[in-house]
Amino acid sequence: MSEKFDAIVVGAGPAGISCAHDLAKGGANVLLIERGEYPGSKNVMGGVLYRKMMEDIIPEFYKEAPLERPIVEQRFMMMEKESALTFSYKGLEWAKEPYNNFTVLRAKFDQWFADKAVQQGAILINETVVLECIVEDGRVVGVRTDRPDGDVYADVVVLADGVNSLLAQSLGFHKEYKPNEVALATMEVLKLDKKIIEDRFNLEDNQGCTIELFGDATKGIVGTGFLYTNKDTLSLGVGTLLSGLIKHKIKPYELLEYVKNHPMIRPYIQGSEPQEYLAHLIPEGGYNSMGKIVGDGVIVIGDASQLVNAIHREGSNLAMTSGRLAAETVLLAKEAGDFSERMLDHYRVKLLDGFVGQDMKKYKDSTHHFEKFPQYFEQYIPMVNRAASQMFTVDGSSKWEKQKKIMKDLGSTKEKFKLARDIYRAWKVVK
Amino acid sequence: MLHIVACIKQVPDTKIIKMNPKTNTMDRRTAPAILNPYDAHAVEEAVRIRNRYGGTVSVVTMGPPPAVKAIKKCIEIGADEGYLITDRRFAGADTLATSYAVTKAIEKISKTNPVDLIICGKMSIDGDTGQVGPGIARRLDIPPLTSVNKVVEVNQEKGYAIVHRKFEDGHEVVQSTLPCLLSVEKTINEVPYSTFPNMLKAAKYEPYIWSVDDLEDVDIKQLGLKGSPTIVSKVWTPSKPEGGTIFEGNAKEQVEQLLSIILEKKELFTVKEES
Repeated sequence: MSEKFDAIVVGAGPAGISCAHDLAKGGANVLLIERGEYPGSKNVMGGVLYRKMMEDIIPEFYKEAPLERPIVEQRFMMMEKESALTFSYKGLEWAKEPYNNFTVLRAKFDQWFADKAVQQGAILINETVVLECIVEDGRVVGVRTDRPDGDVYADVVVLADGVNSLLAQSLGFHKEYKPNEVALATMEVLKLDKKIIEDRFNLEDNQGCTIELFGDATKGIVGTGFLYTNKDTLSLGVGTLLSGLIKHKIKPYELLEYVKNHPMIRPYIQGSEPQEYLAHLIPEGGYNSMGKIVGDGVIVIGDASQLVNAIHREGSNLAMTSGRLAAETVLLAKEAGDFSERMLDHYRVKLLDGFVGQDMKKYKDSTHHFEKFPQYFEQYIPMVNRAASQMFTVDGSSKWEKQKKIMKDLGSTKEKFKLARDIYRAWKVVK
Repeated sequence: MLHIVACIKQVPDTKIIKMNPKTNTMDRRTAPAILNPYDAHAVEEAVRIRNRYGGTVSVVTMGPPPAVKAIKKCIEIGADEGYLITDRRFAGADTLATSYAVTKAIEKISKTNPVDLIICGKMSIDGDTGQVGPGIARRLDIPPLTSVNKVVEVNQEKGYAIVHRKFEDGHEVVQSTLPCLLSVEKTINEVPYSTFPNMLKAAKYEPYIWSVDDLEDVDIKQLGLKGSPTIVSKVWTPSKPEGGTIFEGNAKEQVEQLLSIILEKKELFTVKEES
């Protein structure tokens, strides 16, 4: 039998690396297993890294980490076929230390982050797939990898194996996700001259902008698109619930092509060259889809435990915080010499009591609401575009007349009631 | 006990590397550094010989500090020890200077554990010369056996090795005295998926790292750029050939068409006298 570890972390993404880092820092003997060629090689996200949660793990990481741009402006575009209503906030307080958040390219960032964990003493093994948890007497005692002599044992196994966590599923912690619990995101990294990016997005050197796209970016399917600025590339992507793609019989790459050619987006990316094409599932079921996250000798963190706040496009920060709390818990368990579910439940309690759990609960119905009532994306976004166009087109008619026309566009009295009801409902699910 | 040294190199993955169109050199940032694929077979063969007869496999490489990664890959394959020689004074070495530096490292390794067999990959995928292996053999004054695609026997007690050398039309069975140097073909073995214990060992392993000052009897003039008589006068990317002609008709007609073109361009087929 090979040596026994205090903890094995499966998966080197933001959750797994955070956990391995803090465990090693706390003096635990920790093994981090990654299936990709290196950490980050298989990891995908649109690209926003949140400073606060990262700093909880590595203070002042922004002084040395491979980041793209600190984000100084966040725009939101409600898109129609040939129009868009945009609102934005730009603040230069975000352009200086300690910053708010950053765009990152995961292949570079995750590698750096994993190196930090290794420097703390974590042992990283790449190109190795964990096939299953080794369970003895109802307790997880290790993992079986796909390598010869591949069984390895530990007091605790932390599952950070991502959205489709087959390991947690095979332990019976959650069922296979339904198509309305996961979104499929596809994105391209587009190469473009640094100076052109700064001109097009109205940025100075070392400033970045994110644009979230709603409505026609996803052809009205529940989901969002995004366009983020990196140093000398743009990240452009769309993500929609799988159920939406199935219902509308659209292939994910068709949707990405559509948004690339959209007249509101095309000018931003003109002359750029595709450098990478990536696709990934995002767990968007929210709080109600979260399965069991703690068992005897096992903890589930990050995407594997459905930790994504789809409304605020947050995920990596929740993952990092869950990794950090899991590490804290395992260190306590190690001290007590008790790795039972009862002991490890400390993680679940801390997670759900903190901002992660609060936010997950706050938005627990949001994805399902917008899926159940597609009119928000299909009807109301076009409606606000028409209203803006009506109001801001100077054609000699009075503003009174324009308001009347806008009200008429909202439909019959019955439809107006429906709209009012929908606004109230939307408010209720996000309030 | 046998002591086998495998010489390895960390190279850019030339399958995906991009050329800089202005300087015509490889843009090394565009490709990850990997263990030269031929060298993986050299290490694997060394491991197999060790597993058969017992002994130690050491790997040695010259390169920048990140070449530690290539050594770790060899530990994953099953090597026991790794030695990296790294120093700015090695930089810019051609095959002559490289074989000199690596020889000095092998001589030093030999002092604590005499080397019986040296195994190199056929060539590196970035340089494509295949000269370093034979260069090391010449400097150590031991027999070089190139194009080896099978090791039949290594007999330390009686001091010989029997190998197959591959040729276009067959192979040659050669017996050589030990120590000797083999440079091996990719066909010699298949490198299996490394075991988990080897992965663990590699993740923790820290190789010996030596600078010029750690080596003995080194003539500084023979190192790096100074010790490299090779001059690269020009590098270019060959232009893509234009689309050819497809002959039509029956076999006889096609042969006639081909012949007429050959006759038309016969100057292409005559050997020019060197002026």
